[in-house]
Amino acid sequence: MHSDRAPMGLKVAAGLGLAFMHLPILLIFVYAFTTEDKSYQWPPPGFTLKWFAVTWGRTDVWEAMSLSLKVASISTVIALFLGTLCAAAVSRTKFFGREAISLLVILPIALPGIITGISLRSAFNLAEIPFSFWTIVLGHATFCVVVVYNNAVARFRRVSGSLVEASMDLGANSFQTFRYVILPNISTALLAGGMLAFALSFDEVIVTTFTAGQQQTLPIWMLEELVRPRERPVTNVVAMVVVIVTFLPILGAYYLTRGTDTVAGQGK
Amino acid sequence: MNSAIRFSGVSRHYGAVKAVDDVNLDIAEGEFFAMLGPSGSGKTTSLRLIAGFERPTAGEIHIYGEEAQSIPPYKRPVNTVFQDYALFPHLNVRDNVAYGLMVAGVGKKQRAKSADETLEMVALGAYGDRKPSELSGGQRQRVALARALVNKPKALLLDEPLGALDLKLREQMQEELKSLQRSLGITFIFVTHDQSEALSMADRVAVFNNGRIVQIGTPEDIYYRPQQPFVADFVGSSNVLPPEFVAKLTGKTAHGSLRPEAVHLSETGHAAQIKSVSFLGTATRVSMTIQGVAMTMLVPKGAVIPKAGDTATVSWADDDLHLMAVQ
Repeated sequence: MHSDRAPMGLKVAAGLGLAFMHLPILLIFVYAFTTEDKSYQWPPPGFTLKWFAVTWGRTDVWEAMSLSLKVASISTVIALFLGTLCAAAVSRTKFFGREAISLLVILPIALPGIITGISLRSAFNLAEIPFSFWTIVLGHATFCVVVVYNNAVARFRRVSGSLVEASMDLGANSFQTFRYVILPNISTALLAGGMLAFALSFDEVIVTTFTAGQQQTLPIWMLEELVRPRERPVTNVVAMVVVIVTFLPILGAYYLTRGTDTVAGQGK
Repeated sequence: MNSAIRFSGVSRHYGAVKAVDDVNLDIAEGEFFAMLGPSGSGKTTSLRLIAGFERPTAGEIHIYGEEAQSIPPYKRPVNTVFQDYALFPHLNVRDNVAYGLMVAGVGKKQRAKSADETLEMVALGAYGDRKPSELSGGQRQRVALARALVNKPKALLLDEPLGALDLKLREQMQEELKSLQRSLGITFIFVTHDQSEALSMADRVAVFNNGRIVQIGTPEDIYYRPQQPFVADFVGSSNVLPPEFVAKLTGKTAHGSLRPEAVHLSETGHAAQIKSVSFLGTATRVSMTIQGVAMTMLVPKGAVIPKAGDTATVSWADDDLHLMAVQ
C-alpha cells in the first residue's frame, strides 16, 4: 500500500539519528556555562557566565582567532581567483587533458587530509621552505580551490556561450564581457563557493598540523587546550563561537544557491 | 553601389570538414541579402565569419572596404540577432538594449533614452522594465532586434531570427523586417533554411550547399532559372528531370526543372501513373510517374482530382521546362 506518510518506526529512527548527531553539540554549549573547570562533570554542579569574561581576557585565544580568520580569508581569496579561472578554462574551451585536469583539481578534497598534509610537509621540507603563515595558507588553498571550482564550473556550464558572443558583438571587449555578463551570472555561485571555502579553512586541523610551524590556528589551539586540566570551559566558549562563525556562511551559501536552477541564457 | 561585405575565396575548414569552402560574394550597401541552404551548408558559418566569431582558414573578408582579418568582433561595424536571441537574463529589457551603448561609454540618461526610442520602434515601448524571462518568444525577438539596431550598425546580421516563431508571427515579422530595412536603409544579411522566407524578403539570395554557394541571384532568378538541380529541388521543390528524359522531350541533353504548378491535367500530353494525392488546402499535390520519372504537380482548387492508381494525361508549356547544364 502506498502512503505519503512515513511509518512511525522510520520517523523515530530518523529522529534518533538526528539527535545522535546534534545533542553532543548542545552538550558543548552547556559546558561553556559550567562552574566546574577541571573535568566535564554531568550534570554541571552550577552555571556561570564567568568563562566568557575569562576567554575575553586570554590573549592566546585572540591570537589563534585572528590567525584563523587571516588564513581563511586569504585562502578564500586565492581559491576564488584560481578556482574561477580553472572553471572558466574547463567549461569554456576544449583542450587535450581537460578531463584529467578536472580530476586533478578535485583530488585534494577526495584524498584524506592526512595525505595532503604529509605530502605538503615533505614538499616544503624538500624545497627548504620554512613553515610559516604562508605555508598554512597554501595548504588550505589546495582544498578551498576545489570548493570554488565545483561551484563555479556548474554555473559556467549554464551560462550559454551565445551570451558571451552577444556581448562581444555589441562592442564589449573581454574585460567588459567578464565584468557585465559573466560575473553577474556566476556571482552567487562564487559567493557560495567562497563561503564554503572560508568555513572549511576555518575549522581545518589535519592539513594545518602538518603545514604550520609554531603558529596555532583556532582548531589547533582547542586541541591543545583540551589536554590542559585547567579552565576547560574556555574551550567550550571558543567552540560556541566557532560553530556560529562557520554555521552562518554555510547557511548563507545554502540560501544563495537555492532556487537558481533556471538556466541563464536559455533564450526561450 | 558600394560594397558592404566582400568574400574573396573564403574558406573555413575544421580539419577535414569544409564548413565554408572557397566562397566568393559581394553584398552591396543597403541590400537585403539572404543566405539560404539546408542545415550544415555553411550559411551560419559564413554569417559568423562576418561577425568575427570565426576566422577564415583561407581567403579575405572585407567589411566596408576594410580587411577584417585582424578586427575583433567587438570592433566590427556589424551587429547580430542571434538564433536563440541571447538576451542577458540578469538585465531588464532596457538595459539589454542599452548594453552596446553602455560598453561604448554613453552616459546613463542618453542610453536609456536611445534604448526607449529603439524599443518604441519595435513596438515594445512599455516593456523596458521587464526581464527577458517575462516576455513571449516574439517579444524577445524584437528586443534582440532593438539591441542590435540601437548601435546603428552598418550591417545587421540575422541568424534564423524567425525560426522559433509560429507561422502567423513569422509572416508578420517578415513584413516588419522588410519595412524596417527599407526605412533604415542599412544592409541586412539574413540566414535561413526557409526558401519562402528568403524569396519573399530578400533583394538577392545566395543558395548554399556543402559549404559552397551554388547560385546567387534575385529571388526570380533562383526560382525560375535555377542553374543546378540542387537549387531547383531545394527552392520550391521543383521537379528535377534527368537528362535522358529531357533529351527525349527537347533533343537537348540537360537536367530539366519543372515547377509542380506548371504541370496540369489536359486532353493530350504525357500518360502519367498517379501514385499518391495529398490535400494542401489551397491546392492538391499529386505524385506520379511519367515513363518511370517521378514528378509532382499542384492541382488548383476546383479542378478534378485524380485518384491514386489512376492513369491521367498531363502536359506543360515548353517555356516552363527550364534547362540546366549537366554538372
